[in-house]
This record gives sequence, C-alpha cells and structure tokens, in this order.
Amino acid sequence: MSPEFIQGIVVFVLAAFVGFEVISKVPPTLHTPLMSGANAISGITIVGAIIAAAYADGALAIILGLLAMVFATINVVGGFLVTDRMLEMFKKKPVVKK
Amino acid sequence: MIALLQVPDAPSAIDSVLLLLYVAAGALFIFGLRGLGSPRTARRGNQIAAAGMVLAILVTLYYVFDRSRTDDLSVLWWVIVAGLAIGGAVGALLALRVQMTAMPELVAAFNGFGGGASALVAFAAIVATDTVVATNTPYATETEITVGLSIAIGVVTFSGSFVAYGKLQGVITGRPVALPGGPYFNLVLAILMTAASVWAIVANEPLGYWILAGIALVLGVTGVLPIGGADMPVVISLLNSLSGVAASMAGFVIGNQGLIIAGALVGAAGFILTVQMSEAMNRSLSNVLFAGFGTEGAGPIDAGDKPVNSATPEDVAISLNYAQTVLVVPGYGLAVAQAQHAVRELATALEERDVTVEYAIHPVAGRMPGHMNVLLAEADVPYDVLLDLDHSNPKFPNTDVVLVVGANDVVNPSARDDSGSPIFGMPILEVDRAATTVVIKRSLSPGFAGIDNPLFYLPSTMMLFSDAKGAIEHVTEALLEL
Repeated sequence: MSPEFIQGIVVFVLAAFVGFEVISKVPPTLHTPLMSGANAISGITIVGAIIAAAYADGALAIILGLLAMVFATINVVGGFLVTDRMLEMFKKKPVVKK
Repeated sequence: MIALLQVPDAPSAIDSVLLLLYVAAGALFIFGLRGLGSPRTARRGNQIAAAGMVLAILVTLYYVFDRSRTDDLSVLWWVIVAGLAIGGAVGALLALRVQMTAMPELVAAFNGFGGGASALVAFAAIVATDTVVATNTPYATETEITVGLSIAIGVVTFSGSFVAYGKLQGVITGRPVALPGGPYFNLVLAILMTAASVWAIVANEPLGYWILAGIALVLGVTGVLPIGGADMPVVISLLNSLSGVAASMAGFVIGNQGLIIAGALVGAAGFILTVQMSEAMNRSLSNVLFAGFGTEGAGPIDAGDKPVNSATPEDVAISLNYAQTVLVVPGYGLAVAQAQHAVRELATALEERDVTVEYAIHPVAGRMPGHMNVLLAEADVPYDVLLDLDHSNPKFPNTDVVLVVGANDVVNPSARDDSGSPIFGMPILEVDRAATTVVIKRSLSPGFAGIDNPLFYLPSTMMLFSDAKGAIEHVTEALLEL
C-alpha cells in the first residue's frame, strides 16, 4: 500500500472518532437539523465532482462529470439552506410573559 | 485521471498551501458540527460548516485553474459552471419552498443526491483511466477497492434514499414489503456485488463496476422496501451515515484528505444518531433493518365493541379551562394536518388563562428525530417548553390534561404492560397516568406499527375524532367563548 493510502486511513479513523465525540452530546431537539447539516457536509464530494468535470474527456465522461456536479451542488446548496431555514425558527422563550 | 487528481510526489509550494486549506475546511466542519449541538449556537454552526464548504470549493476551483496554466491542460469550465448553476437553482428552490412537515422527505432526497454524486465521481475516475489521461498510471489495488466501495455505497445510498422518500411521501406503501427469501435476498445481492468487484479488480475489467452499480441500485430498493414506514427515520439516518462514508471513499479515489475528513465525520455522526434512534425504540439496529417490523400485526384491528368516550370540542375546551397544567403530545398526525400553528394558538389562549402548557416529545415522534421540535419551532413555540421523554414521564401523574395530537404508538401503554405486544419494551410517554387524556385522531385506526392502542378505551380518555388542525381550532374557539 502506498504511504498516501495509509495516511488516508489514519485521517479517516481519527476523523471518525472526532465525529463520534462531537455528536454524542446533541439534544434530541436538534436531531433533525443535525442530520440535515451533516448531510450537507457530505456534499463535500462536490470537490471530486469539480475535478471529474474539469478533466472529462469524451461524451460519457462529460455526462458523468456534469451529473456529479449537479447532484453534489443540489446536496450542498439545498442542504445548508434548508438547515438554516430550520434553525432560524429555533427561538428562546420570550422573557415577557402576558 | 488519478495522476491528475492525486498529490504529486513532490508537491509544489502552492499545492502544499491548497492541501492545508482543505484541512482548514475540515476544521470548519468540526466546529460547525459542534455548534449544531446546542440550540443557541446551532445556526452559527451551520453557517460555519457552509463557510468550510465554500472554502473547499474555492480551493478546488483554484487548483484546477492553476494546473491549467502550469501543465497547459484544457479545462471544461462550462461543465463546472453548468453543474453549479443547475444544481444550485434546483437545490435552492427545493430548500426554500419545502413545507416544514415535508422536511424528512427532503433530507432523504438531498442525501440520495449526495450518495449518487460520490458514485459518479468514482465512475468518472474509471472512465478517465480507460482513456487518454491516465494511460501511464496503473491503478493500485487499494485504490480500485475504494472505487468499488464508492460506487457500491454511493449507489445504495442513492436508490435507498429515494425509496425512503417515496415511502414518506406515500408514493410507495409505508407497510413493510416482504422479499422472496427475506433478508437472504439482500445477502445474495451483497455476495454478487462482491463478486462483481473482485472481477473488476482482478481482471482489470471496468464492466465489473457497471454491474456492481446495477446490483447496488437494486440493493438500495430491496434493502429499504421491507422496512416499515415508522422506521424510516432510522433508515434515513443510516443512509446519511452511508453517504458520508461514500464521500470518504471518493476521497481515497481522488487522494483528497478534505473529502476523507468530512466524509468520516458525517459517517460517524450519522451512525451515532442511527444507534440512538434504535435505542429510543428499544430495538437493535439489525432488528430495525431486517425484522420486517409491523408485518404481522398489519391486518385491520378488531376493535370489537369496546366502549370509547367520544368527546366534542366543547367538552375538551371545558376540561382545559379548569386545568392548571396541560401537556401536549404531538405526533405525525400534527405534521400531516399542519396543525402546529393551531396548537400554538390554543396554547396562547390557555396561557392567558394562567394554564401552564408544555410539550412532551417522544424521541421518535413523527418521521424523523426532532421532527416535532422543528414543526413547533416553526410555530414560534420556544424550545425550552419542549420536554424530552425523561423529563415528561415524571410529570404525567401531576398533569390535569394531556392533549395527544396525532400520536399513537409512542403513547401506547401495551408497550409497557403487554409482553405479547410487538412493541413491548419500547419506551413510551405514559399519558395514561394523567388525570384526563384527550386524544385527537381521525379514527380508531392503528398507527404505523399496526397495533391496537388500549389507551383509547380507558375511562380517563376522551376521544375527539377529527383531523388535528380542525379539532384544535374548534377547541380554541370553544375555549374563547367560555
């Protein structure tokens, strides 16, 4: 195995542990926005899509690259926007009562 | 393609900076996720994560631009721009127009697109090795394995998410669909997928990857179809986790640590959430995925001639008027009827009469964890009167009136009392311990789990048969006339 690949595995394992640690304390109230926000982050694959689209050669590669771009962008833009829309509504109880 | 995408042996100064910026984007994702963990910081957290994404995209665009100058490579900018424009418009339109009640479906759909994109990136890498760009770079076996994993996981996420979408939308039946051979059907598919990958790698035959993708497309469908609609939250959460893993694998394919970090984060986060949700139903994850839960009790319920206290909105208004403490228990029926604003108006009217109104939220109420919290937040209900399971249950014995709005299985006492019940052991909101329980429901029909609910026949229960929104509005009117 190449050193880059081993390094990749190290990064993968450490990042997974960080993910476990960061998430395990989230209250149920925020589970939906959390899922939606995490889902938007998984749209990081847009980086791969840009590169695939940039160097596509031949019709098939262009179709694959363009589809990858469209799918990933929907995931990123839609994911972050919808999460923001949800969180905008979370408000604390107003201090003035009646 | 691989030669282009992976880090050169001796990275130039500019390449090193770009690589570090990916790590910075990864750090922003971690800060963002941490922010999402608390209601006060959640919105900022999401914005930080979005900033990380913008950074990662800009770095990539610069990388492509820079290499086009130094290596004199032609870049298909129009494909990138077209993809960003189309995807951005579709994504924004969906995100801004969706009803809050349809949020679970939308998250499932976005998730499907993300998984699909990861698989497409892996395919693009294969197609490129086939042609001009990478003739001098034979694939390393480990890279080929990650190509196979990206495709397999990405495609399963894609088709699985859209089946989950269909089930939540009601386009596909919410009932579990039995497969020939049960879980073994999918096991066979998994074995076939492994065989196709091995063939693709050992024989260096790209066709193997296409076959792999075809079987994965089927597995996503047959993997989700046997799971009941009530378990879709768990499924979406698991698919979310898988889309993260798929992105991470795509990161191995193109040798990009930003993808590996972000994908692993999401994979771990989604998995934790999945396990927490299964636990909330007192079931193991494998039970959720493979047991075809809800098939046995799916027939019509013989309610017999058990007596039911049917109430009018006026009866309910009178009970509420004389109550000091009211707990509202929302469920999926509230989402379907869009009754969150009506509930909020009723609560305001009660609070003006010095009645304390709080909300008891079951972890799996609705079709998604936290679904009810989002809906009530939309109706301006402050989050600090939303109680979770552990804080609600001690309150029921001292509560005058419990208002169950469109919830069923999560308040079914047989989960506590009847060891023969299919949902026995699932933690419930013990609304039957309150002085009076008002259940607003269209009919006596069973919930998603397909089982009868003894709560409906208790002497302390009043049944108000109506759709949630209309019922609540009538109760509010009746209350204001008192």
